[in-house]
Amino acid sequence: MTHYLSLILFTPLVGACLLLVTPREKEDAIRWIANIFAGAGFAISIPLWYWFNPQNADFQLVERAPWIPSIGAEYFLGVDGLSTLLILLTTLIGFIAVLSSWTAITERVKEYYTFLLVLQTGMLGAFMSLDFLLFFLFWEVMLVPMYFLIGIWGSANRLYSAIKFFLYTLVGSVIMLLGILALYFYAHSVTGVYSFDVTAFQQLNLPVNLQWWIFLAFFLGFAVKVPMFPFHTWLPDAHTDAPTAGSVILAAVMLKMGTYGFLRFSLPILPDGTRAFVPLMAVLSIVGIVYGALVALAQKDWKRLVAYSSVSHMAMIMLGMFALNPVGITGSIVQQLNHGISTGALFLLVGVVYERRHTREIAEYGGLSKIMPVYAAIFLIMTMSSIGLPALNGFIGELLILQGVFVASRMWALFAGSGVVLGAAYMLYLYQRTMFGKVENPKNLHLLDISHREFATFAPLLVLAVWIGLYPAPFLRRLDGSVQRIVARVSPQYSPTYAALGCGGAPTPQMIAANGAARFLQSVPCGPDGRPLVAAESAAR
Amino acid sequence: MNATTLVLLGPLIAVGAAVVVLMIAVSIRRSHHVTAGIALAGLLVAFLLLFRTTSVGPRGVGPLLLVDEYAIGFTGLILAATAAVALLAVGYLDRLEDQRDEYYMLLLLAALGSIVLVSAAHFASFFLGLELLSVSLYGLIAYPRTRAEAVEAGLKYLILAAASAAFLLFGMALVYARLGTMEFARMSMTAADRDLIALGGVGLIVVGFGFKLALVPFHLWTPDVYQGAPAPTTAFVSTVSKGAMLALLLRYLPGDVVRAHRALLVVFTLLAIASMAGGNLLALQQRNVKRLLAYSSIAHLGYLIVAFLAGGDMAAAAVAFYLAAYFVTMLGAFGVVAVLSTPAREAGDIDDYRGLAARRPWLAMVLTAALLSLAGIPLTAGFVGKFYVTVAAGSAALWALLIVMMVTSGIGLFYYLRVVVAMYMEPAAGGIGGVPAGRAPLAGGLALAALTVLLVWLGIYPGPLVAFIRAAVAGVA
Repeated sequence: MTHYLSLILFTPLVGACLLLVTPREKEDAIRWIANIFAGAGFAISIPLWYWFNPQNADFQLVERAPWIPSIGAEYFLGVDGLSTLLILLTTLIGFIAVLSSWTAITERVKEYYTFLLVLQTGMLGAFMSLDFLLFFLFWEVMLVPMYFLIGIWGSANRLYSAIKFFLYTLVGSVIMLLGILALYFYAHSVTGVYSFDVTAFQQLNLPVNLQWWIFLAFFLGFAVKVPMFPFHTWLPDAHTDAPTAGSVILAAVMLKMGTYGFLRFSLPILPDGTRAFVPLMAVLSIVGIVYGALVALAQKDWKRLVAYSSVSHMAMIMLGMFALNPVGITGSIVQQLNHGISTGALFLLVGVVYERRHTREIAEYGGLSKIMPVYAAIFLIMTMSSIGLPALNGFIGELLILQGVFVASRMWALFAGSGVVLGAAYMLYLYQRTMFGKVENPKNLHLLDISHREFATFAPLLVLAVWIGLYPAPFLRRLDGSVQRIVARVSPQYSPTYAALGCGGAPTPQMIAANGAARFLQSVPCGPDGRPLVAAESAAR
Repeated sequence: MNATTLVLLGPLIAVGAAVVVLMIAVSIRRSHHVTAGIALAGLLVAFLLLFRTTSVGPRGVGPLLLVDEYAIGFTGLILAATAAVALLAVGYLDRLEDQRDEYYMLLLLAALGSIVLVSAAHFASFFLGLELLSVSLYGLIAYPRTRAEAVEAGLKYLILAAASAAFLLFGMALVYARLGTMEFARMSMTAADRDLIALGGVGLIVVGFGFKLALVPFHLWTPDVYQGAPAPTTAFVSTVSKGAMLALLLRYLPGDVVRAHRALLVVFTLLAIASMAGGNLLALQQRNVKRLLAYSSIAHLGYLIVAFLAGGDMAAAAVAFYLAAYFVTMLGAFGVVAVLSTPAREAGDIDDYRGLAARRPWLAMVLTAALLSLAGIPLTAGFVGKFYVTVAAGSAALWALLIVMMVTSGIGLFYYLRVVVAMYMEPAAGGIGGVPAGRAPLAGGLALAALTVLLVWLGIYPGPLVAFIRAAVAGVA
């Protein structure tokens, strides 16, 4: 299978093209085609889980062909553990989003599904591209269908939200493009070859001041997408006004573009720039965690609450990443998957009641657990997963992140911990207001519990939540290579080559001979250059 | 005149001959579709003759014309764009009461003038080509002569074009007086360097270019003319007429030369910044789609000047690619306007476009693609073009101009999206009386389909065109 990734990439697009030539009156045919292609896209991507070799740290299933030879741009696809998991998340969520729209969308059905499928190809392409220009292309292409999804099928304030979403992201990414070009010209000045090859960029050692500028340019592009405080203001609007499927995709996949961008580009290509900006990133993340959680606590709109919880969770992911140690980075990737699963499900859950009642006011609901018991049960599981209850997926991610952050700074860990507590507060408060108590609103008395189709959209998410919660090893194993590659660039003291020098492991006899106190160390602390601190001191004496 | 010269002039002769054949055909019997067919056949023959011309290789035809890869490439672009305009005009003119046939004669004459411009190597041919183009355009702009707006636009264009021609002529006279030659190749700019009069002459010529390219502050005619002229003519004015002028500018004053002269560099930098900022900011206020596109075209010429200033082969290739992308995009955008317009009423107001996606989904899709391309969103020709400009300017370290370009094109996105919003997300408004319902005319529909395919194709796989352009511009800049 030399074109396996292309096959995954273009299956949704083929469906979109087929939809374009389907007559618009045949709405059920359109729904079937869209569901079949989205489902096929997921089915085709499943072998990726098995074909990806976790022992191999290189990019796999690589496809490479000239695209615009005169500027060195290539059609260059490949995956590592990070992108494998995100691709699988994307195909799954994409299918769920399409399936969840069956009855929710009754107007302009043809355009709706076309945009959803095009969006799917855009997202997959961004995760697969190893050519920076190709990545940028897919990155921007995602904007257009999402803009239409919010603008046409959204709720009350949709035009404002759609344009805000588009402008924020576009301005950020245009600045990012300047950063890409600066990198491109620098690489040319060093290697003499014009190329956008990301794997080559990851080998470059750029001058520190250039790294700063490029890091800032990338930061603007990625931070808007994550979204990090203070660039997050588009998110609550876009989420609230988007149709359910749009919110699900936005939360579960598109936000991951930002974190993926940091992990794939900023950290490995610009290690010095990254280290220089750690304090800023940590402060912004901590503000995001606390601020997002507090604002979520005060929301009266169900969807807005979940949107602000996203701000808080994504900030936690960023904090774990910028702990810049293997545990923190692994945790931040696992938590990206978890956020996709649990927040995706929470938006689906809001969509279910919104479709029945056409309101998102929390005050309109109450006591739903008596009328929709299955619904309430699923909601409970997903709430717990979002909070980070042990045995569910959220716990694993939060534990790893907290562990990594604790090593980096105890002060940060304190704030991150407060985010977890506040997260439990707003989610439980939401659950209590909507599910418990008496049914006071007569309109809620005859709500139907979820249908088989709706249950089908939740089932895979429930399975994943429990799987990752109980047995995360297969996921963690697939991430090893990616994390090692990032760490080797950005914090070499944690990488195995440096560990061989004695750092991070138990003290060697030589160390104890040089400095008797070393025998009390469980592991030898690492210096900034990656060499063991103890040995360095003893040599000085 | 020997056989080689005949081959070199083949395309010019074919277009000229087509005009004569048209005149004879019309005098025998007036039949709109036959006339259009003859015009298109003439353009096709000229296009095919280009391949023969390529084999003869770059040669001058006397001192006046230089037929090289560069001229041949732009001639091909002009011929293709003119054919697209002619196809769009068929459906438009079908709704005109009388006198449809003369439009094609004027159109071919304008194309002829443009071809002369891109091949010019001498002030005389430069001016001849320019006047041939301008005089035909007066007629083309004021063509629906019963509609006051069109006549007004024609008159405006006449007066301003005449004024700019005066600047140009005086500038040429000054340059000739000091340098003693009218051939571009023999004009040594280093000689003009310390000569204030010659430099003044070049300055006046730049003013002439500024008018024709509608760079701020010489842009005042643009919105009125774009709005008043019949939509197919607007498409022609915004593409062929500007493109030919820019191609000539690149040959007469290559970016490297401009960069070597501080005064010229400052002038062009200011023109670029003013055009990018002015075009995009003024477009924000427009409620008329034709005026909006007019300001957008001003901004795009600003981007082109940025690439032009970068100098070198890379910049020439970027300019040429951007022009090709811009041609395809603008023709697509004005093509939709042309299909929606009638000679009695131009579909300009934004109200005419409200809810278009529900009534005419394909047209809305084409216009959306064109607008996204103008905004520079990926998968469209406009993105690749803008990317090339950025790369060219980046390689010449024009970071200040680049930042202005990024910021202003970000502003630009806002007004493009407003039209998209009107088409897709707002219900139809009252003012659609003039816009005919139903299907697009066959010829116009074909042209639009081809343009859209091209727009996306260039956006996804620009490699072949880029390779061709790089071969063509090598050695010109």
